[in-house]
Amino acid sequence: MNEATIARQSLPVRGTGRVGTAWWGMLCLIATEAILFVYLIFSYLYLGAQSPGSWPPDGPPALRLALPDTCILLLSSAVLEWGKRMHRREHRRGTAWIVGLALTILLGAAFVGIQGVEWSRKSFAFSDDSYSCAYFTLTGLHLLHVVAGLIALSVVLAWSLAGRFRGQGYEQPRLAVLYWHFVDAVWLVVFAVIYLLPRIG
Amino acid sequence: MATKAEHLPQAERAKLDRTWETAPGLFGWVGTVDHKVIGIRYLVTSFVFLLLGGIEALVIRIQLAQPDLHVLTPEQYNQLFSMHGVTMIFLYALPVLSGFSNYLWPLMLGARDMAFPRLNALSYWLFVCAGLFLYASFPFGAAPDGGWFNYVPNAARTYDPGPNIDIFALGLIFLGISTTVGSANFVVTLLRCRAPGMSVNRLPIIVWGTFTASVANLFAVPAVSLACAELWLDRNAGAHFFEVSGGGQPLLWQHLFWMFGHPWVYALVLPSMGIVSDALPTFCRRPLVGYTAVAIATVSTMIVGFGVWVHHMFATGIPVLALSYFSAASFVIAIPSAIAVFSWIATIWTGRPVFKVPFLYFSSFILMFVIGGVSGVMTASVALDWQLTDTYFVVAHLHYVLIGINLFPVLGGIHYWFPKMTGRMMDERLGKWAFWLVLIGFNLAFFPMHFTGLMGMPRRVYTYPAEMGVGGLNLTTTIGAFVLALGILLFLTNVARSLARGADAGPNPWDAPTLEWSVPSPPPPYNFGVIPLIASRHPLWEDRLEDIEDASVLERGFLLDEDRETLGVTPLDAEPDVILKMPGDTILPFALALSISLLFGGLFAKSIWLGGAGTLAVLVVLTLWFRPRAEPLQERPALYE
Amino acid sequence: MTRRRSLLAACTGLLPGACAQAPLDYLHGDGIQARSLAQLAWGLGIISLLVVFVIAVALIAAIVRRREAGGKHALAVRRDVGGMRWIYVGLAVSLPALLAMTVWTLLTIGAVAAPPTPPSLTIAVTGERWFWAVRYLDPHDPSGSFTTANQIVIPTGQPVRLLLSSSDVIHSFWVPRLGGKMDMIPGKTNIHWIQADHPGLYRGQCAEFCGLQHAKMAFAVLAMTPADFARWRALQLSNDLRQPLPPATIEAGLRVFASHCAACHAIRGTGAGGIVGPDLSHFGARTTIAAGSLPNTRANLAYWIGHTQQVKPGAEMPPVALTPRESSDLSALLEAL
Repeated sequence: MNEATIARQSLPVRGTGRVGTAWWGMLCLIATEAILFVYLIFSYLYLGAQSPGSWPPDGPPALRLALPDTCILLLSSAVLEWGKRMHRREHRRGTAWIVGLALTILLGAAFVGIQGVEWSRKSFAFSDDSYSCAYFTLTGLHLLHVVAGLIALSVVLAWSLAGRFRGQGYEQPRLAVLYWHFVDAVWLVVFAVIYLLPRIG
Repeated sequence: MATKAEHLPQAERAKLDRTWETAPGLFGWVGTVDHKVIGIRYLVTSFVFLLLGGIEALVIRIQLAQPDLHVLTPEQYNQLFSMHGVTMIFLYALPVLSGFSNYLWPLMLGARDMAFPRLNALSYWLFVCAGLFLYASFPFGAAPDGGWFNYVPNAARTYDPGPNIDIFALGLIFLGISTTVGSANFVVTLLRCRAPGMSVNRLPIIVWGTFTASVANLFAVPAVSLACAELWLDRNAGAHFFEVSGGGQPLLWQHLFWMFGHPWVYALVLPSMGIVSDALPTFCRRPLVGYTAVAIATVSTMIVGFGVWVHHMFATGIPVLALSYFSAASFVIAIPSAIAVFSWIATIWTGRPVFKVPFLYFSSFILMFVIGGVSGVMTASVALDWQLTDTYFVVAHLHYVLIGINLFPVLGGIHYWFPKMTGRMMDERLGKWAFWLVLIGFNLAFFPMHFTGLMGMPRRVYTYPAEMGVGGLNLTTTIGAFVLALGILLFLTNVARSLARGADAGPNPWDAPTLEWSVPSPPPPYNFGVIPLIASRHPLWEDRLEDIEDASVLERGFLLDEDRETLGVTPLDAEPDVILKMPGDTILPFALALSISLLFGGLFAKSIWLGGAGTLAVLVVLTLWFRPRAEPLQERPALYE
Repeated sequence: MTRRRSLLAACTGLLPGACAQAPLDYLHGDGIQARSLAQLAWGLGIISLLVVFVIAVALIAAIVRRREAGGKHALAVRRDVGGMRWIYVGLAVSLPALLAMTVWTLLTIGAVAAPPTPPSLTIAVTGERWFWAVRYLDPHDPSGSFTTANQIVIPTGQPVRLLLSSSDVIHSFWVPRLGGKMDMIPGKTNIHWIQADHPGLYRGQCAEFCGLQHAKMAFAVLAMTPADFARWRALQLSNDLRQPLPPATIEAGLRVFASHCAACHAIRGTGAGGIVGPDLSHFGARTTIAAGSLPNTRANLAYWIGHTQQVKPGAEMPPVALTPRESSDLSALLEAL
């Protein structure tokens, strides 16, 4: 690169996505939160490997609520992604985006509700043994992330309704979408470890 | 030598000044996002913690000076040695390097600020709040007392019923937020906020070191935060992560803690090794030998560092096959360090030493590094470690690596960059006195400790019987510790006096090669009048080195003066691709730190009101933080003059 | 004495504090484990010192060697090259040294990880805050198992298997002169072994921070010839006193014990069966009181009983107030056990 070349450049201001900086910051957050779940899954697996009895002690947890719940969360991610892409194509008119966002929040809330029901139906309590505290902590930490995501999406929804994104950068929605997909991806791994792994081994 | 910024007309400089300077009064003090101010705050605050940790050490050394002394009760001793470790390792060693990096990075990289200035301020305020949170325990006689790595079940509610360990657990999670946020800032700054042409093969080694440490921290800190959360749940919610009744596993704590702890100790030394790699060449009048090898060594040390954590657990009864792997890996990790050592020696040998105070610290650092390194290699041998572990031999090793590889470069680095930060030189004579006291005191205290350990004195004992035969060695260590303390005191006296009456430093008193020496001392709030174009690792030595193809252009560059702006570039080759808008002074970071403090206070007090209020405050501040700005996207030609 | 042994013995004199004055020093060990580890320690230590010496010489030479004075403005070199040879040579020398140390380590692990012959004696040692509960196990006859505390007696010349665990926090079993350490973790049993080749008293120390009195959680391993060991074992299984005592004193002492001590301590054959504190059967033969806190003498014993918190602040045993008569009877009994 030489002086002459860069002197002629016209550069975007502020930049969104990969060209900006907030997207990279969100990636750092996702990386560190993802590894947090990895360590928690490690704790769960370590406790299981060291446990003298069977793991889980009462056999694999039922899929009756967890499987539909997983589908709901996956659907919410799909809806959100659809809303985001429609928005790009609609040149910022925003209806599809609002609809997608609102649906996602509803589906996410449903996920939280169903998880709560599943929790209440468990035959064990948090402080029973190592399995129970690992189960509730793993699903609970994820639930905390879902709730945080729902709050973020709700705030973004409020800003969208107020027209705060018309004609300008779309950064906050993009970051919220990225975060939500992350939360969904984490659930797939947690689901596999808690519900599917005991059925394989 | 005229500074490059002085080529700008006075009106332009005044405009940049007004745009970038911190607001006056309390609002500016609380709300500044200037990386230079934050960097200096980090340095000052971590030195306060260094002194606190040092006082804790001196009291410990008085108790241990002779057998069977009763200066301290066992409980007092346990709190002092635990807080000494926590303070030095968490509240001094990393933050002091964050201070250097925060101050220097934009100046070395050719940027006007870090990528996330508000996050920068937040990481500092969180550091202060977490430190206060931990130290607030002392007046209540409830300081953490389980050691800095806090093994369970000793740290469980049954065996440590008071609030001491709750403060430890919550305090570390709290501090972990500061570290994580700071690390993200460094990572993104490196990837995006540099001058054009500052490609990855031209970065100062301290940038490599801090970047590596920051990436590592993003992956390592969650392990200790999780371990502390699990411990808090065990202690307060009846969980059984580590509680043996109910199937918990005490070793799970050790695995999680050391999965964090080992990468962490490399995070404590790679940036300071970078300080030496960048500053030593100035005093050898030649570039660093083997830049590429040292950069690769930095990264590979950290990567291997993620795979050796079990070497802290060699005596726990883990199967021998696994132990053999971890032992071999712990030997391997010595190799990149050896590369760095030979690079530094080669730089001195083929260079021409300038015997100023920084050179004294950096050259003696090499020997301290090697002593710490070989004692580390001895502990890497799993069979030998079965004797060495948990004795004073390990204490000797860890102090050689932490004081030798962290403190020595820090002291030299302060001497080196003090002129840049303050516009004044530190006193050479006082500096040399301080140096010799530090060097002699440190070695007098810690070299005999290897023998103390070989003679079987275990760690963390509040006293020892005369028959153990280590009274003389302990007395020597105590005397050395006080000499070291005197040296530090003299160093700080030098800092204070030089602030008031030091000789004027120009922009480049050491005739150093890197970019930060091209701006005035102290730098203006906007760092660079124009963002320069970089063509080599040594922009200020290009006129004297023959193998430079292009020359850096420092007196012309991107002006970027419409409000606070800096340049964004591509990660590898540093080609300009965006104009980044930087935030101005704001109290949001301070408010967020207070909100998080409220949240942790609520957790500690197990008060749903406090915790709830804290959570609500956090949500409100975050909403304000991320609120969309009413500015249209645009493109504009970047003014270049 | 082999040449290596005499060399090691000669080197001893160089270290401050020779063997006898440093009972935990592991550069001079007894038994195959400790000797292997001591050799490794000397070997790696000497290599390390050599490395430090060579680097120090290179560093000093690099600093002081003569150079042509350059102008203030000139650099020492004109091109950013030169010096890489140092790195190549340095690596070429370091790598074999590291490899040698790794191989030596692996060989030593092989020598010490498992006993050379199957151990005939198994002892379960359980760490408690802050003493050592020791149970000799007889695999064939349950009545041949017995409990003691803080002093472990073993026969010389044969490996002894140890089953290590803890009833509270993590402790660590360490007799430096006989071998490396092994942690005692609640909920887990770690299998360890020791062997002494010569009779003697080998001091042990807890080697994992375990709370207030970690510093005073020591123990002793007393190695005796197999014949002596058999006699000792027989005495442990019997209810005889080691030393004669007037029956009135025995009775008085037992009364004091039953009313003040039996809630926590046990003495075989007396009906006192407390398990909270160390088993005091045949206490008189032990070299120390309270896990190494005081030498075992009549005077120290009386002082300990009445002033536990002065000797070992935080110890679980409260000070026991006894009349001088009670104290004298109790001490007489305990010393005669």
